[in-house]
Amino acid sequence: MVNALDPQNMNRFSEASVSVEIETEDMTLNIGPQHPSTHGVLRLVAKVDGEKVHDVKPVLGYMHRGYEKLAEVRSYPQITTLVNRIDWVAGFSNEIPFIAGAERLMEIEVPERAKHIRLILTEMARISSHFVFNGAYALEVGALTPIFYAMEDRERVLDLIESVTGGRFHPNFNRIGGVKPAAGAGPTSKKNIQDLPAGFYRDTKVAMEKVIQAADQFQNLIGGNEVFKKRTKNVGVLTAETAEAYGVSGPILRASGVKSDLRTQTDYLPYDQFDYDIPVGENGDCYDRWDVRVKEMVESAKIVLQAIDSMPSGPLQAKVPKVIKVPQGRTYVRAENPKGEMGYYIVSDGGLGPYRLKVRTASFSNVSILPIMLEGALLPDLIAIMGSLDFVLGDVDR
Amino acid sequence: MTEVLVKVGFLAIAALNGAIIFTIMDVKGASWMQRRPGPLHVGLRGFIFPLAEILKFVQKEDIIPTEVDRPVFKWAPAYVMVSCVALFAVVPMSPTLVVADLELGVFFALAISSLGTIGVLTAGWSSANKYSLMGGLRAAGQLIAYELPLILAVVGVVIQAETMSLVGIVEKQIEWGVPFVVGGQIVGFLIFMVAATAEMMRVPFDMPIGESELTMGFMTEYSGIRFLIFYISEYMNMFILCAIASTLFLGGYHVPLLPTEWVNFYGPVVLLTKTAILGFILVAIRWSQPRFREDQLQNLAWKILIPASLVNILVTAVMKVGF
Repeated sequence: MVNALDPQNMNRFSEASVSVEIETEDMTLNIGPQHPSTHGVLRLVAKVDGEKVHDVKPVLGYMHRGYEKLAEVRSYPQITTLVNRIDWVAGFSNEIPFIAGAERLMEIEVPERAKHIRLILTEMARISSHFVFNGAYALEVGALTPIFYAMEDRERVLDLIESVTGGRFHPNFNRIGGVKPAAGAGPTSKKNIQDLPAGFYRDTKVAMEKVIQAADQFQNLIGGNEVFKKRTKNVGVLTAETAEAYGVSGPILRASGVKSDLRTQTDYLPYDQFDYDIPVGENGDCYDRWDVRVKEMVESAKIVLQAIDSMPSGPLQAKVPKVIKVPQGRTYVRAENPKGEMGYYIVSDGGLGPYRLKVRTASFSNVSILPIMLEGALLPDLIAIMGSLDFVLGDVDR
Repeated sequence: MTEVLVKVGFLAIAALNGAIIFTIMDVKGASWMQRRPGPLHVGLRGFIFPLAEILKFVQKEDIIPTEVDRPVFKWAPAYVMVSCVALFAVVPMSPTLVVADLELGVFFALAISSLGTIGVLTAGWSSANKYSLMGGLRAAGQLIAYELPLILAVVGVVIQAETMSLVGIVEKQIEWGVPFVVGGQIVGFLIFMVAATAEMMRVPFDMPIGESELTMGFMTEYSGIRFLIFYISEYMNMFILCAIASTLFLGGYHVPLLPTEWVNFYGPVVLLTKTAILGFILVAIRWSQPRFREDQLQNLAWKILIPASLVNILVTAVMKVGF
């Protein structure tokens, strides 16, 4: 026994340093495939140390439906039904680039009126997608109320889409060379094809005013909330260089300060006839990504209002052969979808359907940024960052 | 013996009814704010909603996963509920209508209120689920952080009232003529309410549940009647902490200008009204605010609330000695 109180021994004891290292190891946390905040069946294998996330690996493919392969055994008019279901929150806008690609290969000039109707419905799809984002994102950071407002406001827009196309989510409305006569337009004969249902202009004007109001409401209800600001400002900052290097597109890229919008850069729809802003963020954090989308809703509503005022008259459908065969060739058409850049690479061998169809979806590339952004984040931030990317699993896995 | 049984029965029934009233208030508040038709119009204007809710949970299967620590898992909900009911024992409805007028009533209340968190922690630990574990640990961290401002905020009241008995504190406020919240404890009241919100794990401090992050936190693996017990305990806790807050700061069972000799008749009504007003504020906060992050919650507790409550004690003590 050593007497610790002996002055000589005390000296010795004080020099002995305590070096006990508790061995800790990271815990593997499976976030998903079934989890309230993964928008479906995304799986994140996260290595966490308490609340801190060290390493994240997204695991995709739980919703793979093989649309690219299915497209090879279908004819062109049938494929619009498939591509509708890629990003189901904005079903209409998925059809546009595909149809535009087929039309480009067939060298068909689409009538102006059909283009305008396409544009209006695409913008409505964008608005409804951003409504869903608004509600869902608030839910993810813990506010339970905004989603009810968002869903109610979205319903007005979906009603309009339904009145024209007959479907809320999966319109299947585009035809090669134009659009289908509207669902609510009454009996159609070849001489008197009505394209838009009665009262559509009036209802749209009311609904778009409501959208602008709703965006203002969201700015107050969510954006003005101190807790929301604390949760999202300077969280998940994405620099413009990283975003571009990873092929991130859409509102996420614009929130990082890059003024890139395919609506102005390409001519798949006549966006150059309208006057609108492209909202751009400054910091590239979660708040900016939210803010850019809310502002985009307002801009989309403005585009729709302008398009209604300047709606040209004329036929809905260009002259197309009875059996649609696309000449041999290949083309890539890209479009600015609500979630970012969507593109279809169509390879045609002159048959009834494409020889090969490659779909480039926005969410797939946007999700690829997750491991970079989540490095060292806290677990609640993980949810906030993931939510701010606004992906849809159908869009990721196809 | 009979007296004890009657008292325990009274406690259980009163606390349960309080919880049900608060449940109704919560779902109705939610429906008003979120334009939900269910709890506003269905079934006697939505007033039998809690009954339907309870029946639903009772008839559901009580699933116990194979990997759980069975006895701990089974007893955790009871632990949480008992701590809530016991807390109600010291809340006076009137000078005589009180289950136990303890000399150290405040001390008892604060001690018992922290017991529930042990139930939450054991529930999280025994569930054999990583989400539950994280929820349980968050709850423990929250308890340590917020128990302190809760206690320190009450110390101001104790200094002012010169007693720790809850009846004594109310009597002091009657003697003063104004409740303590007007008479110098406004800062203490705010700190108490913030800390109590964290203590009952309600928005914006509901990280232990955090359904968008941790699915359902420590409750993830619970189902059926055990989940129901957690669910009711949450509202019970809310009811009782609001009742304690109204007793300590808002004058309890008495309002100025009412004759004190009739206090046995109007006392319970007055106390319940005050409790309901505080509860309504919590409901409004719950349905309009997002959730804080765990580290922000800790910062708020240690950097703002605790220093503020210490200053509050200092000021109260100086005023007490000086005037």
